[in-house]
Amino acid sequence: MSIDLKTVKHISKLSRISLDDKKAEKLASDLNAIFSFIEKLNKLDTSKTEPLTSIAETTLKLRKDEIKSGNIREEVLKNSPNKNKDFFVVPKVVE
Amino acid sequence: MIEIQNLTLVDLVNKIKKKDISSKEITKYFVERSKKSKKLNTYITENFENAIKKAEEFDKKPDFKCKLPGIPLAVKDLFCTKNLRTTAGSKILQNFVPTYESTITENLWKSGAILLGKLNCDEFAMGSSNETSFFGDVQNPISENLVPGGSSGGSASALAANLTPATIGTDTGGSIRQPASFTGTVGLKPTYGSCSRYGIVAFASSLDQAGPMTKDVKDCSLLFEVMSSYDNKDSTSIEFKRGNYLKELTDSIKGKKIGIPKEYRIEKMPKEIEDLWQKGIDIIKDSGGKIVDVSLPHTNYALPAYYIVAPAEASSNLARYDGVKYGFRSEGNNLIDMYEKTRSKGFGDEVKRRIMIGTYVLSSGYYDAYYLKAQKVRRLIKNDFDEVYKKVDAILTPSTPSSAFKIGEKTDDPVSMYLNDIFTVPVNLAGLPAISIPAGIDKKGYPLGLQIIGKAFDEQNILNIAFSMEKQINFKNNLNDWWTK
Repeated sequence: MSIDLKTVKHISKLSRISLDDKKAEKLASDLNAIFSFIEKLNKLDTSKTEPLTSIAETTLKLRKDEIKSGNIREEVLKNSPNKNKDFFVVPKVVE
Repeated sequence: MIEIQNLTLVDLVNKIKKKDISSKEITKYFVERSKKSKKLNTYITENFENAIKKAEEFDKKPDFKCKLPGIPLAVKDLFCTKNLRTTAGSKILQNFVPTYESTITENLWKSGAILLGKLNCDEFAMGSSNETSFFGDVQNPISENLVPGGSSGGSASALAANLTPATIGTDTGGSIRQPASFTGTVGLKPTYGSCSRYGIVAFASSLDQAGPMTKDVKDCSLLFEVMSSYDNKDSTSIEFKRGNYLKELTDSIKGKKIGIPKEYRIEKMPKEIEDLWQKGIDIIKDSGGKIVDVSLPHTNYALPAYYIVAPAEASSNLARYDGVKYGFRSEGNNLIDMYEKTRSKGFGDEVKRRIMIGTYVLSSGYYDAYYLKAQKVRRLIKNDFDEVYKKVDAILTPSTPSSAFKIGEKTDDPVSMYLNDIFTVPVNLAGLPAISIPAGIDKKGYPLGLQIIGKAFDEQNILNIAFSMEKQINFKNNLNDWWTK
């Protein structure tokens, strides 16, 4: 299998990471090297194997849905690169 | 005058308790030495003035009952520290100041420790050489222009150079054990679920574990004891009675069965590594341990499976960095354009590479072929260990397939960089504990480590084996402090 430039551009869209053509070409070659290494897995027959989704394999604990810390708007907004008094600010999305 | 540089963490704790030395004296020593060691580039953010203030406060009102009384510690910059910048080695978080504290660091401060500063690491802990950090390469104190390993490279380097009496790192595929091996120090990756992940910048959530990095096994036992706790803020934290690892530490390993997995005897393994492994085997035999040949047949598939699972989880975890709520933002023409520019400029090449791999293997049409396949292989790898642990108490392997390499030597070839973690990755996939201890040097004089892998939650056992081996190996780093000149 080989990953072409078109695929790299598609993944870049999905990842929300813009790429120029030069970077995309370099990435295509890196990804091909990495995936040819990963392809080794296809040699294994796993048709009868259950996937391991969590190492602890216990069901996650339930807890009450309750507010433990409130009134922290200022703290939450503190690290935002662009904000006004009450909200995060992003480029306009509705006309 | 007490020679602080020759003291271990346990020594320092004892001396403070006996009032032979004050917290301020110790803290000043490590601050001064850190200031003289800028060439190593171990610190991303210093907390020196604050640390000395805290030490003075401790000396005025000392609490000698706690486990790390007035002990200054620098930590990997992947742990969120309240009101002190936490970057994860990334441009995208270069101005991020957490409003909360990670549970692990909280445990340290509750035990009396004092924060010296935040240590350099590979960006989002993705790397094996500390060359992917936005804040620059870290030097290994062993020799100039040598990598300290990664991703906890700043931690390993600061520890080996004696800029902190001990430190903490995180290990997703070897990020504690490999740098420990490269710098002649001790590093423990605990069982998954034994140390809380709350407040640690996430990389691959099903693999990440924090652990101690120390000068010797005693220190490692003490620090692990402080770090490990049940935490309801981490849904995968496991509730069980934690041990008194230091108190229970023993060098008697008579009758212990240690497995030697034949699959770790890889092609083209340097003879020095073979010899080191044999030396470890002989030491165990001399101490009354029994050597058992075992097989972990799926070892070869661990690294490819890891390079699906870890990037997949990373691509999901790192989706949060969008330039809206915190961190770096690059303005764009519209919202999507802003996201794409922010992430393109905010992440480094290796992180982008892994996000792209992860996005691809999770994308429509490829999920079954890659991610599901990797999870099935993960099951086979875990089954291998379960089988072997019916016959043995622990497993001995080399920590890494080579000693430290030169800065820049492997940056152009991601696959060759990934191969560094060939002996450490299976342990993360199976969620097991493993410790790396320094065991010798190669012909260049660079340290080499041995890894002891244990059963889940059997840290005490691997600490004991490590303690016994350490006594016989009697390893000492020979440093000339080149970086201070």
